[in-house]
Amino acid sequence: MVQTVGVLALQGAFAKHIAMFRQLGLHAKEVRQVSDLDGVHGLCIPGGESTAMSKMMVRWDLLSPLKERLCSGMPVLGTCAGLILLSNHVRDWEELPRLGGLDVTVQRNAYGRQIDSFGAPVELNLAQDKSTSPYSGVFIRAPRIEEHEVGADVEILGTRAGEAVLVRQGNILAATFHPELTDDDRIHRWFINTMMNS
Amino acid sequence: MSENMNWSERQTSVWRTNVGLAEMLKGGVIMDVVTPEQAKIAEDAGASAVMALERVPADIRADGGVARMSDPKMIRGIQEAVSIPVMAKCRIGHFMEARILEALGVDFIDESEVLTPADDQFHVDKRAFKVPFVCGCRNLGEALRRIGEGAVMIRTKGEAGTGDVIEAVRHMRTLMGDIRALTVLPSDQLMTAAKDMGAPFDLVEEVARTGKLPVPNFSAGGVATPADAALMMHLGAESVFVGSGIFKSGDPVKRAKAIVEAVVHYNDPAKLAEISEDLGEPMVGINCDDLGDKERLAVRGW
Repeated sequence: MVQTVGVLALQGAFAKHIAMFRQLGLHAKEVRQVSDLDGVHGLCIPGGESTAMSKMMVRWDLLSPLKERLCSGMPVLGTCAGLILLSNHVRDWEELPRLGGLDVTVQRNAYGRQIDSFGAPVELNLAQDKSTSPYSGVFIRAPRIEEHEVGADVEILGTRAGEAVLVRQGNILAATFHPELTDDDRIHRWFINTMMNS
Repeated sequence: MSENMNWSERQTSVWRTNVGLAEMLKGGVIMDVVTPEQAKIAEDAGASAVMALERVPADIRADGGVARMSDPKMIRGIQEAVSIPVMAKCRIGHFMEARILEALGVDFIDESEVLTPADDQFHVDKRAFKVPFVCGCRNLGEALRRIGEGAVMIRTKGEAGTGDVIEAVRHMRTLMGDIRALTVLPSDQLMTAAKDMGAPFDLVEEVARTGKLPVPNFSAGGVATPADAALMMHLGAESVFVGSGIFKSGDPVKRAKAIVEAVVHYNDPAKLAEISEDLGEPMVGINCDDLGDKERLAVRGW
């Protein structure tokens, strides 16, 4: 049976994630309300504005149903704003309503404004991924995972200049950059093969 | 490298990163604000970005005179008030206003027909900047000229400051129709199509091949209600700019929230009914048919 990924479509780059999951042979659908979660095997929280997404999750009562699925072990991929919404701690914004589950402290817009956004090589450390070609990460008003605030259960699967930028904790995979904006599908493929098919 | 490679695949990494920010703003609402307090209201309502300016288009219209870039102090105030991206407008062709806005660290520059144009022949060479630009258009030729100059987001112009959605609809329908028409042309007719619409050939080729613009396509100019916003999303907009429509209405807090929600649930009429309830007075508005040619902002730029 082909699995279905539900991509949170409250705002942001959801269409790019959906295109990538479909290219890799999965069903992908937009999640805008609780009933859209029916028949979903995995979740994706895209990049966008974390404040805007948080407001809409509260407004349409999506926080608890999503948290329940996360707690029951449903695999989830979060990118950029998605990572912020999955983080247990947000520097200077602890009150932001969010999902949590990932034992890190994250700083929003940590690199500055849009003129400070950048592309940079990411060193991937994905078991089962034998490709050695460099991965280029796109960092857009990106958050930063604080160095000394990474929990013991958090595996670091990608680094940029020594900093953790791709992390996994159990059923959560999260990146500070945007794998959906490149043609390189290694991270989505790894998520599907390792986390959705296990 | 294949010689059939699309135009967008040949662009720089700065271009990619900037288109990336435009992607992040999809499915959202970008609101005009004139004070830090309004910016806060917009952010609290779930806006994906704010446009910092001294007067909303309805007031620019009413006041007349020359409309210029906003005071940097006012822009800074708004940058300090919110964490969402802050955009600001420069006059068409005024590359020094653009340089000043870039130095201020605004996240996006709108080279906008709402301000009085500074150059009647040349738009800003946007490829020379690191900061991303959004530009208005009324049809595909205009969109592709701006993209060719380096704009990483297109918005249809509509008629700003009227609260009348007819021009926004006209421009979006024209743009989408132009795109669809290209996709059915055989390749030996594309050069003539490029010549007729005055657009760069490579971009015409890419649109003919992909059936869409190489950058996000938003809507602006005349959206005043949740239903207007949903309408524009159905016609092909990927996000909506709302200028005077919010802070010139009776209850900006409610209306701002409602328009954000309408963009998310544009495909769900029952939810839209709930969202549209009890919002107070919309902005009074001006019927676009009553505007003289000299009062139209959309004809600025080429």
